[in-house]
Amino acid sequence: MATTPNAAAPADLTWSPRALLRRMRGADEIAHLITFVAAATLLLITVLLVYQLWVLSAEARTKFGWGFFVTKIWDPVAGDFGALPFIYGTLVTSAVALVIAVPLGVGGAIFLAELAPPKLSSSLTFVSDLLAAVPSVIYGLLGVFLLVPIMRTTVQPALKATLGFLPLFQGPAYGIGFLTAGIVLAVMIVPFVLSVSREVLLAVARDQREAALALGATKWESTWKVVVPAARIGIFGSVFLALARALGETMAVTMVVGNNPRIAASLFSPGYSIAAVLANEFSEATGNLYLSALIELGLVLFLLTFVLNGLARILIVVTTARGSGVLPT
Amino acid sequence: MNARLIWRKSLNVTMLSLTGLCALLTVSALFFILGYLMWNGGKDLSWNFFTRLPAPVGEVGGGMANAIVGSLKLLLLAALIGVPIGLLGGVYLAEFGGRTVPFLVRYTADLLNGVPSIVIGIFAYALVVMPMHHFSTLAGGFALGIMVIPTVLRNTENFLRDVPSSLREGSFALGANKWRMIATVVLPAASRGILTGVLLALARVAGETAPLIFTAFGNRYWSPGWMQPTSSLPVIIYTYATGPYEDWHRQAWAAGLVLLGLVLVTNILVRTFLSGGTSFERS
Repeated sequence: MATTPNAAAPADLTWSPRALLRRMRGADEIAHLITFVAAATLLLITVLLVYQLWVLSAEARTKFGWGFFVTKIWDPVAGDFGALPFIYGTLVTSAVALVIAVPLGVGGAIFLAELAPPKLSSSLTFVSDLLAAVPSVIYGLLGVFLLVPIMRTTVQPALKATLGFLPLFQGPAYGIGFLTAGIVLAVMIVPFVLSVSREVLLAVARDQREAALALGATKWESTWKVVVPAARIGIFGSVFLALARALGETMAVTMVVGNNPRIAASLFSPGYSIAAVLANEFSEATGNLYLSALIELGLVLFLLTFVLNGLARILIVVTTARGSGVLPT
Repeated sequence: MNARLIWRKSLNVTMLSLTGLCALLTVSALFFILGYLMWNGGKDLSWNFFTRLPAPVGEVGGGMANAIVGSLKLLLLAALIGVPIGLLGGVYLAEFGGRTVPFLVRYTADLLNGVPSIVIGIFAYALVVMPMHHFSTLAGGFALGIMVIPTVLRNTENFLRDVPSSLREGSFALGANKWRMIATVVLPAASRGILTGVLLALARVAGETAPLIFTAFGNRYWSPGWMQPTSSLPVIIYTYATGPYEDWHRQAWAAGLVLLGLVLVTNILVRTFLSGGTSFERS
């Protein structure tokens, strides 16, 4: 950039049409304008997206106010709409997913960054990237026909027998429900935790490891007490990124969560999530209030992922100082 | 003292093997998924599957020709909408931009990339379906196209920035003006990387279901033109998998195998042949 001598700063673009025309002497200005319009389109789309979500949810927002978020009833026939069961389901399934995916992903990343020879590390990362590319409806398919029966016949009875004293693992084993959805989500977000954490760990300076080893630390001690703490912020970033994915994930959750708007302490209970209710009810929503309540749920989902993604990016940028080149696309 | 050393060494070995196990579990998930789909879906793939329309509801047989064509049409639209905007926007960020506008665009692109696909579906519904009053291929392609833009834009920018500045200086020295320099020197030098980004972005949206449910909707017949609802592979997998018929389930597996195969083959080919062959080192 610094080496292109006639780069016109966009500040030079005055917005009066006459001045603009006067500047259009050469093809360079036309190229500048065309590419600028393309870049501005992206901004426009995003602004329009927020605007549409805001305006179209107006009816539900004015009718229910903040009560929307603490109301447990979702009754389209009576016109009563509360978001709490969906927010609860979204948070619970994502929490289950994180509990499983974070140790797995960070552990795998430690192996790839610290132990595996470079060739093995890069080919395993390649496989993990492919895993991230598997469409979510495929996970849903496997969830419905493979995981749900296993959960019902084996996993849930076993959990009940061993940890049944906890309220989390009580109630009838349907197979579908929060736990199953969380497990499917976990498999889907592990690749994100893994590849971002690996990048962050690799960015830790080599001297740090060598200094720890020279002081007599074992390989594990140098990794766990020196390298991981140094990369801690970036690892948090990868977790936030994965969480944002999990919150917005639609198809796989819709297919295994049970689609029942209820709040239950048990992870075996069928539930619902914001994305799932949108997928199920949006195309058949009758009446403006119903549609507007669903769009408000969309707005909530948008804001949640917006905040988390922003936070994740800041954290990752801080640790790697390389910006989002690290982020999976 | 000795006991302490033994403890530390065994902890070392245990924890390190555990990390290896984590990595192994993660990567084996892919092979498991692929193997399970092949085992379940492979036997139901037939010539009919690719050439026939779906059988009437409840009857056995039929195929998914309309879903395959529908998916291709949606992808074509997505490419037509998303690639030019992403590509030109990326050129702006890398070659023209100053400070504030590119920062804003870059940040917004990353933000848009993280927006859940179902929310993009709502957006397309509001912008295309509501004014038209019915579901259409156009609305589905629009939703997918929006999802393509941020990926292509950021990727194009990154690869353009990797083109050595000596190339730009050389072309200026020969008297080229800026757009010529970009069109004939910089873009060709970065073309493989840019193509990689475009193909990976398309492979990603090819598997998207959520934004299509209430935009492209679904269709049990051929969808003429661009203004009618259309069937697509991801949506039909969802419909069939959650439907009540045994034959639907078998077809969902077969369609899942086709979709996964397409996505994985594109990813593997693009990642090994295209991105591996760039003429300069990615920083």
